[in-house]
Amino acid sequence: MEERKLKTSNVILQSMTKVLLFLIMIFSIYIFFAGHYTPGGGFVGGLLTSGAILLLLLAYDLQTVRNILPVNFLYMVAVGLVFAIGTGVGSLIFDKPFLTHAFGDIHVPILGELHLHTATLFDLGVYLVVVGVTMSIIQTIGGDDE
Amino acid sequence: MINFLILPILVPLITAVILIFLNKSVIAQRWVSGLSAFVTVILSALLVNKVKNDGIQTLNLSNWDAPFGITLVSDMLSALLVLTTSIVAFACIIYSFKGIGEAREKHHFYAALQFLIVGVNGAFTTGDIFNLFVFFEVMLMSSYALILLGGTNIQLRESIKYILVNVISSGLFVIAVGYLYSVVGTLNMAHIAERISEISGISQPGVISIIGIIFLIVFGLKGAIFPLYFWLPGSYYAPPAPVMAIFGALLTKVGVYSIIRTYSLFFYEDGGYVQQVIMILAILTIIAGIIGALAYWDVKKIIIYNIIVAVGVILFGVSTMNENALTGSIFYLIHDMIIKAALFLLVGLMATISGTNNLKQMGGLIKNYPGFSWTFFLAALALSGIPPLSGFVGKVLIVQGGFSSEYFIGAAIVLASSLFVLISIMKIFINGVWGEPKTYANEKSVPYKQLLIAPVILVILSICYGVGADFVYPYISQAAESLINTNIYIDAVLKE
Repeated sequence: MEERKLKTSNVILQSMTKVLLFLIMIFSIYIFFAGHYTPGGGFVGGLLTSGAILLLLLAYDLQTVRNILPVNFLYMVAVGLVFAIGTGVGSLIFDKPFLTHAFGDIHVPILGELHLHTATLFDLGVYLVVVGVTMSIIQTIGGDDE
Repeated sequence: MINFLILPILVPLITAVILIFLNKSVIAQRWVSGLSAFVTVILSALLVNKVKNDGIQTLNLSNWDAPFGITLVSDMLSALLVLTTSIVAFACIIYSFKGIGEAREKHHFYAALQFLIVGVNGAFTTGDIFNLFVFFEVMLMSSYALILLGGTNIQLRESIKYILVNVISSGLFVIAVGYLYSVVGTLNMAHIAERISEISGISQPGVISIIGIIFLIVFGLKGAIFPLYFWLPGSYYAPPAPVMAIFGALLTKVGVYSIIRTYSLFFYEDGGYVQQVIMILAILTIIAGIIGALAYWDVKKIIIYNIIVAVGVILFGVSTMNENALTGSIFYLIHDMIIKAALFLLVGLMATISGTNNLKQMGGLIKNYPGFSWTFFLAALALSGIPPLSGFVGKVLIVQGGFSSEYFIGAAIVLASSLFVLISIMKIFINGVWGEPKTYANEKSVPYKQLLIAPVILVILSICYGVGADFVYPYISQAAESLINTNIYIDAVLKE
């Protein structure tokens, strides 16, 4: 057999990733916030975000991604659950049934009048759980050789 | 506080999340899960008291009115089962402190256990058929984790079967809910009951019977009734003792509870066809369980087959659909949850001491372990239904109900089953506890006294439950009342 020492380079994949990563991330955040009025929401948003991180994993390796995102994804799941349960428990304080959501127009210093709903916080919980779970699965299976 | 009935679900859920953060420190995990299990027991006891005083509790989640949102309903039956679940879980957590090993504890054992309690308590409390499915899945997912945790060969092999069977039955569950939804157009259980009684007055109820049989297959797979129990002996054999105890005490009983709930609410108006099917299957379940319990010389297998016998006995009582037998079934259901947990923990202790599951290699435990031996003896008597103990009242009522509805063969088989259960459990006692004392290789390293605490608590409870039957009876009969007179349930949910 001929000696196979061709040098491979991922330079195209890696530079494209640097651009695409931000596009996918922004789209996933857009999808996340659009969930109330148009198709989308925490679940799809979370999957898109983990898709972006997966692209990063394909272009680089596991250790690089761990350096870029030094997050324990299992804790991310737990934080997501805290958000989801927290919005439910919040209604207990006001003696309303569990998971009763509240909304209202709130004045935020820079952004001005905003119509905010606590269901977004619940959705944020879903988002974090989805990202955490998919990334845990991928990292566990991908990092099996250690 | 209107949210009171959700607390037995919410407390374990929050605890589970806290436990994920605490995965580094085993000591902290033990404290948090032990304390929270204790708090859950107290909260569910208060809930039972509240249901006793104020009638059925309902909670419309998210403040949506009854048929449109998810309703949680605590009638006496579900409140009692939630209380029993919390007690069993508390005992199993105490046993796990010394009995499960640090390697498992570090890998989210307690978190999975708390999620399992969330699923079971939720399944007992929910008033929505699809929400019931979701809580089933919560319970099953955590049971997959628990059955697999540790990763020994037998666990890996049996978890594949267990997951496969449960995925298929969950698929069937969704299909059954789909059929039911396309017929009645609602998912709220009280509303479904109302709609079904409307349509079965006008047109043929045939399709309802078919859906009833599909539900029976689904819950039969979860609850291990006669032709569908094949997965249970292998799967329950694999995990360590505390997990086995929680499985044996809780998981099949959720299936039984679902059968009781759906059949008393939905499928009773078709001239008793579904009822007859359940009765025949219940009797066959008892026989199959007895055959298994007598056949084995393996301590765990004997107790596992006794689960199947108990499921059959409870379902026989349910299928007769008269008040006595239903009361008896509920009595027996609660007794069985407590005593099965106790027996699994005791048998687990026995296997840890002797280093084997095989009865023929054990013997003479009473010499060195008198405390264990007498606890086991009392648990064995309670299981077979010797009068002052807890198994007695339930079985008497079931048999009485069976005879008064003239189901002589079934009632006779229930009676005879007690005898065979006693034989199977005394086989363990005679061969394992009596006889020449043997020395076992690892017995010195077993933390015997700490491990005995949990089963002793359960056996004492079971004795109190039997002796104080007079005190418990009003609670149980209130539970049976809302099953027979389902209008109480429907009116409480739909507020008419």
